[in-house]
Amino acid sequence: MDLTNILEIVAKTDIGRKREHNEDSVGADSAYGFVIVADGMGGHNAGEVASGIAANVIYESVKHSLEEITTGMVDDESGYALESLRLREAAESANRAINETAKQKPECGGMGTTVVAGIFYDNRMSIAHVGDSRVYRLRGKKLDQLTRDHSLVQELVDRGFYANAEEAEAAGNKNLITRAMGVEPEVLVDIQEEVVQTGDIYLLCSDGLYEMVSDEKIYLTLKEFSANLTQAAEILIKIANENGGKDNISVVLVRPTRSFATKRNWYGRFIDWFS
Amino acid sequence: MPGKIVLKFGDSILGEYPLDKETLTIGRKPDCDITVENLAVSGHHSRIITILNDSFLEDLNSTNGTYVNGRLVQKHALQHGDIIKIGKHELRYINEEAADAAEDDMEKTMVIKPTALKNEHVAAQMGQAAMAAAQEMAKKGEPKQAGLKLASGPNAGKTMNLTKALTSLGKPGIQVASISKRPEGYFLSHVEGATLPSVNGQPVGETAHELKNNDVIELAGTKLEFYYKD
Repeated sequence: MDLTNILEIVAKTDIGRKREHNEDSVGADSAYGFVIVADGMGGHNAGEVASGIAANVIYESVKHSLEEITTGMVDDESGYALESLRLREAAESANRAINETAKQKPECGGMGTTVVAGIFYDNRMSIAHVGDSRVYRLRGKKLDQLTRDHSLVQELVDRGFYANAEEAEAAGNKNLITRAMGVEPEVLVDIQEEVVQTGDIYLLCSDGLYEMVSDEKIYLTLKEFSANLTQAAEILIKIANENGGKDNISVVLVRPTRSFATKRNWYGRFIDWFS
Repeated sequence: MPGKIVLKFGDSILGEYPLDKETLTIGRKPDCDITVENLAVSGHHSRIITILNDSFLEDLNSTNGTYVNGRLVQKHALQHGDIIKIGKHELRYINEEAADAAEDDMEKTMVIKPTALKNEHVAAQMGQAAMAAAQEMAKKGEPKQAGLKLASGPNAGKTMNLTKALTSLGKPGIQVASISKRPEGYFLSHVEGATLPSVNGQPVGETAHELKNNDVIELAGTKLEFYYKD
């Protein structure tokens, strides 16, 4: 199903104010309902190389596999939709590609990248996630963070040392991520699925956005500029820069403008409870 | 460099302890790393966990409590100069480098690499707690298995395993909700219908609601109990 006329997508990335390179990569293809943000790290320009490989390998692999599967089929054994499983496999092959490149090119040694990628299909979204880039969803009057960072700060919050990430960061905890693409031959890619509703706004972003702009401000900005997603993305980047722009800033926004269920309501197939 | 602890009683310094291992225990029992001979101190009173250069204090359900800068704490992230009080003893946390490093410039992101942890030098520098944290997180791809039990209606008692990444519940056209399995747990969301589903009597709105063991979901006139399998 071609989603070009259904999904409104804007993808923007900005170098920020303090860095010499933009190591983030963003990508989007509304026809396939595909979006991605990758935040690279490594010496010289290795960070860009890593995030660039992630974005390209995952995109090419997803395009290829979406051609081969039937939309919205659930794999019985794992309970995941085929889209989720293919997205995870795509991320795993990107991981290997980055790791191999790092081994072959000395200047790329130790490079890595975060990744958040999404595929929209059948009024659903599959998300693949490694590291501390995030997916948020604006629905009605609520902004919800859908992914949970793979970071030391998050781990400390989970263990009860801090009430939330802001508090942990304010206490001077380092920017340490516990999972990244490319640093090892294998990586565990988290996948999850969410129900998509018309009018939702999905935000994929690198930490350069949410470290500089509070969730509250992100919410208010998306609400205020919801009529124009391009403007919303530009304003978010502008605020991040005004607040210091300490890192590269990437923003991808997606809004479904109408239902894109395949045939009948997707849940019609497996509601088996009260009938 | 990790910090150190200076133990004092009144004006006399009783000892200095480098925070060079994962867990340092403080208490009256001789098996503690810092032994404090005083009846106000519990056998195992509190402990300090060190991750990289940072240290975290945790009270071990002591009788008289652990105080930091005069405040009773259960868990506390130590900062250079903090004064920990256990009974009448005072433990000062010293970590000048960490204090210097805590400037406002955002540091470059670093990765805790699982295989790097096998390198003894790196492991020693990181502390075992960070290694455990990293390894634990590297394994967390999915939540524990969970299920739903019908708590009302003719099929009460019937159970269903939440094996799918996305499970939908309800009556299409009337009220539908979904449960999304995320790595950190199970989240209930409203999908359609004029009324919102509720959890333990509280309506669940636009934000996905994380389900806890034995939560009761009410949806389309039916009650369902969420439970984790163990």
